[in-house]
Amino acid sequence: MKKTMDFEQQAIKPAWCPGCGNFLILKALQQAFAELSLVPQQVVMVSGIGQAAKTPQYLNIHMFNGLHGRALPPATAIKACNPELTVIAEGGDGDMYGEGGNHFLHTIRRNPDITHLVHNNMVYGLTKGQASPTSELGFKTPLQVDGVISDPINPIALAISLEASFVARVFCGNIEHTVEIIKKAIKHPGYALVDIFQPCVTFNKVNTFKWFQEHTYILQDHDVYDRNTAFIRATEREKLPLGIFYQNEQKKTFEQKLTVHKEQKTAFLFRSINRNRVEELLKGKQY
Amino acid sequence: MKRVIKSITPEQDISIVLCGEAGQGIQTVEQLLTRILKLSGYYVFATKEYMSRVRGGSNSTQIRVSSNPVQAPIARIDLLIPLDKEAIKHVSSRLDKHTIIIGDRERLDTDKKVIQVSFLKIAQEIGKSIYANIIAVGLLLGLLDGDIKVGKHFLKEYFTQKNKEEFVADNIKALEMGCQEAQRLIKEGQIKHKQFSRLEKSNKAKNNLLLSGAEAVGLGAIAGGCNFISSYPMSPSTGVLVFLAQYAHDFNIIAEQAEDEISAINMALGAWYAGARAMITTSGGGFALMTEGLSLAGMLESPLVIHLSQRPGPATGLPTRTEQGDLQLALYAGHGEFPRIILAPANIEDAYKLTQKAFYWADQYQIPVFILTDQYTMDTYYNMKKLSVPRGEIVRFIIQTDSDYQRYNLKVRDGVSPRGIPGFGEGLIRVDSDEHDEMGLITEDMEIRKRMVEKRNTKWHWLKKEALIPTLIGATDYRVLCVGWGSTYNIIKEALNRLDKPDIALLHFQQVYPISETSTNYLNRAEQVISIENNFGGQFSQLLEMQTGISIGTRILKYNGLPFYADELAQEINNILKGKGGQK
Ligand SMILES: Cc1ncc(C[n+]2csc(CCOP(=O)(O)OP(=O)(O)O)c2C)c(N)n1
Ligand code: SF4
Repeated sequence: MKKTMDFEQQAIKPAWCPGCGNFLILKALQQAFAELSLVPQQVVMVSGIGQAAKTPQYLNIHMFNGLHGRALPPATAIKACNPELTVIAEGGDGDMYGEGGNHFLHTIRRNPDITHLVHNNMVYGLTKGQASPTSELGFKTPLQVDGVISDPINPIALAISLEASFVARVFCGNIEHTVEIIKKAIKHPGYALVDIFQPCVTFNKVNTFKWFQEHTYILQDHDVYDRNTAFIRATEREKLPLGIFYQNEQKKTFEQKLTVHKEQKTAFLFRSINRNRVEELLKGKQY
Repeated sequence: MKRVIKSITPEQDISIVLCGEAGQGIQTVEQLLTRILKLSGYYVFATKEYMSRVRGGSNSTQIRVSSNPVQAPIARIDLLIPLDKEAIKHVSSRLDKHTIIIGDRERLDTDKKVIQVSFLKIAQEIGKSIYANIIAVGLLLGLLDGDIKVGKHFLKEYFTQKNKEEFVADNIKALEMGCQEAQRLIKEGQIKHKQFSRLEKSNKAKNNLLLSGAEAVGLGAIAGGCNFISSYPMSPSTGVLVFLAQYAHDFNIIAEQAEDEISAINMALGAWYAGARAMITTSGGGFALMTEGLSLAGMLESPLVIHLSQRPGPATGLPTRTEQGDLQLALYAGHGEFPRIILAPANIEDAYKLTQKAFYWADQYQIPVFILTDQYTMDTYYNMKKLSVPRGEIVRFIIQTDSDYQRYNLKVRDGVSPRGIPGFGEGLIRVDSDEHDEMGLITEDMEIRKRMVEKRNTKWHWLKKEALIPTLIGATDYRVLCVGWGSTYNIIKEALNRLDKPDIALLHFQQVYPISETSTNYLNRAEQVISIENNFGGQFSQLLEMQTGISIGTRILKYNGLPFYADELAQEINNILKGKGGQK
């Protein structure tokens, strides 16, 4: 088995506030990778911009740190071009549900075999405390002076409604549970969303560690294959369920649906073009 | 003294225009007729202009048929086939006393002389009114002594895959009836046969290729090793996406319709990162959305091939028309400072070659490379000689990495740090949109920032050195130098041929940024420089001035949504030579 150390990045230290929930997620990831016996050279983490999106910087793996909200399209393409890689897209709630909202919808439709981790702290961290798409109604910020007036997104219900093939939520304060679910998400063949409750100790004084502890509980005796009940559980508001809401292993992945990997198994890099076919194609333009 | 190679004079070709509503099958006529006439031994050229609607409106196709290569549109119309009421009005400014109009008089509203052919009635006699366009094909084949056998054979091929036998038989009948109409008009003396039968046929033309600009970019991409395309549909660039999708199975290409342009460009960058050769195809409005992704390519030092097919803006502008209006967009898009190459194919052959080159340079220098075309190029066909498929394997500028690999190694003289990809070697490939250190990890160290900026921009030096030399045609000891770029090449060339003046030449740029350092010499040698551009602002003149310090005073600009016409352009140049006209 690999050790968590193998995935630690020694060169730079995390630039997060002391006590931030992101540290726990980082730890959970290292543990999950190790327990899955992944090799660093096999894992590509794709992220956007934000505090959460810095996570791959602090890991010893391949990294594609792109633009705000844009982690999912490159992640989809990377997996499509090299299905051997374990591809994870990671970012915050603003990154993934706000700026990247459209990609969220369409990635679910494609169902690439990637894991989608969203640090949901219900606030914008890096830009210093504005509301995010998951901020609760009434949440006051220097920008939302009267409190948030738009309904928050429910990413879990949204993903289930779009028939995402794996939908889960965890709270990083419960690290064992987080590790367990992230592992399942990585192993799941197809798109897997894990919405991770993550306290932002600096800018969100409402949804604190304590708040998450008091307002969440772990789903028991829930049939993850029953989409209708999954949807009902996803809309519970009083206390927020954690765990896998919905799973469907039967859906074909984006890569499986592409024909490019059917006959040729070699990586894209090593493929050569069929010159004779190009000649033929050109010749066809005589007629 | 070298003279412009004589290829075409006004008498050597016949210019046919078909005009009617969208949905009347003009495109079918264009496709069939150009192919059948080519296989009959003629040189053909076809281009269309159309409205942004699926049915109705006024659209036209110009087909030039000749014994010699013809590769540009002209204003002159020898034969007009108007298919609806609006048609004659639509092209009226291009008609003169020599124009022959053949049509259904009852269905036209004109006081011009029209030679009567009852397209609709004959079609209905055969079975359905939709055969009218095939009757037109038959009529034209009859008048031009086209090969009817080839025509019938071709119709079978064209229709069989998707249609019933009966339909094919009716179409063949329509073709025959069209031919008979041609015979009738000749016999009755309504048309003098020699007006149309004077062209010579040749086997050379038969063996030529016939392909559109969109197909040429697609073929160039395939020959250049493209195996990934992600795009969002937008005219006139969609043809390339469709072309590659059609051949996705044959050539192992991933062709994905992205949810938007933002996704498309980010996908393409992901694909390059994973070792693919990716391109995107879009138009100005779509590219506007991609600018953040372009800047990302700059920071990641990722290769990227962008086919940007121009149409008139601002905003959605004239969706189906042509313009060279997005040069500045391609030039200035993206924030921050990073190198790029902008290629502008001179014609269809060039689109094929330059697209391959774009992949090569993008991969070699790890930079975005633009292929800047336009609607005119996309929708134009003509005969061309064999296009060659490059021998040997595609060169990939990728290394197998060691465990101490650094993606942004600073110890490189040319600014190009060897690129690794995940899964090939021991190294970790970290690319980062934030300023980063040699390992690709985020940094705010100002010394590193400075060196990274310098490394990225060192590439400029090599790009300028390698820039394609502009093409000079015409007199080498010219007095007057016309300057053009991109798709106007064949048009200006024909215009100069028509002028037939000993002291005039064309300097044409197929790489517009950065330009070759030799360009200055060419410009300095001229007494008078005339820039010719399909836009309002003279964008290339401005760019040229920026790059060379030489300002071009006289400009011929066209920005009504149509390409230049060679005959019209010849006249404008002539006016300038006589001291009249031209914009200052
Ligand atoms: C296109 C673009 N717009 C805005 C920004 C500024 N920006 C950086 S991070 C961020 C929000 C991040 O919030 P979230 O995704 O919730 O992550 P967190 O910092 O809370 O982890 C914004 C708006 C940007 N980098 N790029
Ligand atoms: S601002 Fe919030 S999310 Fe960002 S590091 Fe600090 S505590 Fe964490």
